[in-house]
Amino acid sequence: MQEAGSVGIVETKYLTFAEPPNEMVLECGRPLGPLTLAYETYGELNPAKDNAILIVHALSGDAHAAGYHHPGDKQPGWWDIMIGPGKAFDTRKYFVICCNVIGGCQGSTGPSSINPQTGRPYGLSFPIVTIRDWVNTQKVLVDHLGIEQLLCVAGGSSGGMQVLQWVVSYPDRVRLAIPIATTSKLSAQAIAFNEVGRQAIQSDPNWREGDYYGKMVPRRGLAIARMIGHITYLSERSMHQKFGRKLQDKTAYGYNFLADFQVESYLRYKGDHFVKRFDANSYLYITKAMDYFDLTQAYGSLEEAFAGVQAKFLVISFSSDWLFPTYQSKEIVSALRRVDAYVIFTEIQTDYGHDAFLLESEQLSSLITNFLSHGWNQKA
Amino acid sequence: MGGWTEEVRLPDTGAVVRLTPEHKLIIGLIEEGARVMDLGCGEGDLLLALKVLKKVRAEGIELSDACVQACVAKGLFSVHHGDLDEGLADHPDKSIDYVISTNTIQVLHRPMILIREMARVGKRCIVSFPNFAHWLVRLQLFLKGRMPKTEKLPYEWYETLNIHLTTIVDFRDFCRKAGLKILREIPLWTSARRKCTEVRLLPNLRADTAIFILAEAKPLAD
Repeated sequence: MQEAGSVGIVETKYLTFAEPPNEMVLECGRPLGPLTLAYETYGELNPAKDNAILIVHALSGDAHAAGYHHPGDKQPGWWDIMIGPGKAFDTRKYFVICCNVIGGCQGSTGPSSINPQTGRPYGLSFPIVTIRDWVNTQKVLVDHLGIEQLLCVAGGSSGGMQVLQWVVSYPDRVRLAIPIATTSKLSAQAIAFNEVGRQAIQSDPNWREGDYYGKMVPRRGLAIARMIGHITYLSERSMHQKFGRKLQDKTAYGYNFLADFQVESYLRYKGDHFVKRFDANSYLYITKAMDYFDLTQAYGSLEEAFAGVQAKFLVISFSSDWLFPTYQSKEIVSALRRVDAYVIFTEIQTDYGHDAFLLESEQLSSLITNFLSHGWNQKA
Repeated sequence: MGGWTEEVRLPDTGAVVRLTPEHKLIIGLIEEGARVMDLGCGEGDLLLALKVLKKVRAEGIELSDACVQACVAKGLFSVHHGDLDEGLADHPDKSIDYVISTNTIQVLHRPMILIREMARVGKRCIVSFPNFAHWLVRLQLFLKGRMPKTEKLPYEWYETLNIHLTTIVDFRDFCRKAGLKILREIPLWTSARRKCTEVRLLPNLRADTAIFILAEAKPLAD
């Protein structure tokens, strides 16, 4: 294993396009423009422009996937363990791109952006965006960077959905695809959890039909949504191992409704922390995009969706993931095998649940490293 | 499971694979450019050898995640982490030229289901297994009254994964019942010097391993 390092200090860049009257028409039928995408890149695009990897983020992710924004920055990008010199997405070999989805709140156009027609934030007047819209905007960025074909598109959870949409929408633009802990459509249970999160936000009196910018934000609702989300990202076993019934800063029950247990205090911390960096309306839009994603419904069947795929696949699931369980990855794999695609499937044994894709894992790193390097060497 | 392997350096890539004598024999049976699926492909040694030497399109199914990882490290692009007892439902009839299962059928819970699946999916099936009627096995049971342990069957009875051991004669019956035609039998004997030779005389007594080449027979026998 080579010595792994950091990409160092990085800068978020912005691409604005679809200026009126050339707005992008979204899947819902409504036009949207101008559109700004926040993105970061790591490593160097080679002269042949064939070493580019697009990383697609999940619900709460952003364009900042690796490195630090300034000296003294404590928090590296969300997938820093995987992206950097000597890491799985090795920036000495590959040019790595990550951009924030539209509808988000971390630099790309979303409900908290100013609507140029009104001079006020969009709020709920922002159109519903879908995974397909996300991929279409990402393609504009890839075109802008002059990349004919991506070496790889990779992502976990709803990032994995975008990977699948990429190979379906632009089959000749992707050589390798790494969908991790994902599904071709959310289960009723996963939609239910998203809905509870949205209801928590919408029932916060500060939400005001999404028109809260410049006023009190619906922080309680968003924090609760995040708490629920967090429960679904962990497994029963990992929660038990991490917290058990341990008490927080006390030795006996308080006999009140303050946080007695460590798990309560952890969830409250996660919720409060999330509110500082995330917009409640974006949470509504992004979870809705996930709910709507259904390749079977969109293309007739999963086989038909994948009929033209050209990429080679590395499909990974995690044994303790009950939000995007292994059987959903197997459905994807099964359809890919039926259309004769090259596909590697493996279920990684772990107790960490859905969140496992964001955690340090020798197995995950080694799978990705080897898959990429053999795919890279085997140029078409 | 069990038996010894030999390191073989492959041309072009210089990759080193570990092959058993059966593997080497099987490589010789397969024509260039065929489509091959290895069931219980382990770390992908046979598949990589076939890919490099015979330019096959190689596909593997393997139960162990560590083995799948090793296959990916070898540069194989079709490897499925799964249980053979679940069958081969994703594969259309006769979509593979050779479906191979080396030294694996005896660990399956339902070998009959898998062998029928192999014959449905494959134009040809190549199956190898340790022959439980080999004289060394017979002697241990007959003279010592003990569970046999040999180079091919190295495990204690309480640790072995081999739950469906068979003999060459029994396997012939099994193929008939499964509706399979035996195209060729290759009984093998490996000497103490690790030289592997085909056994012509008294194969069920003298062969420690057998390779069967099979195809679906029509109509299916009951």
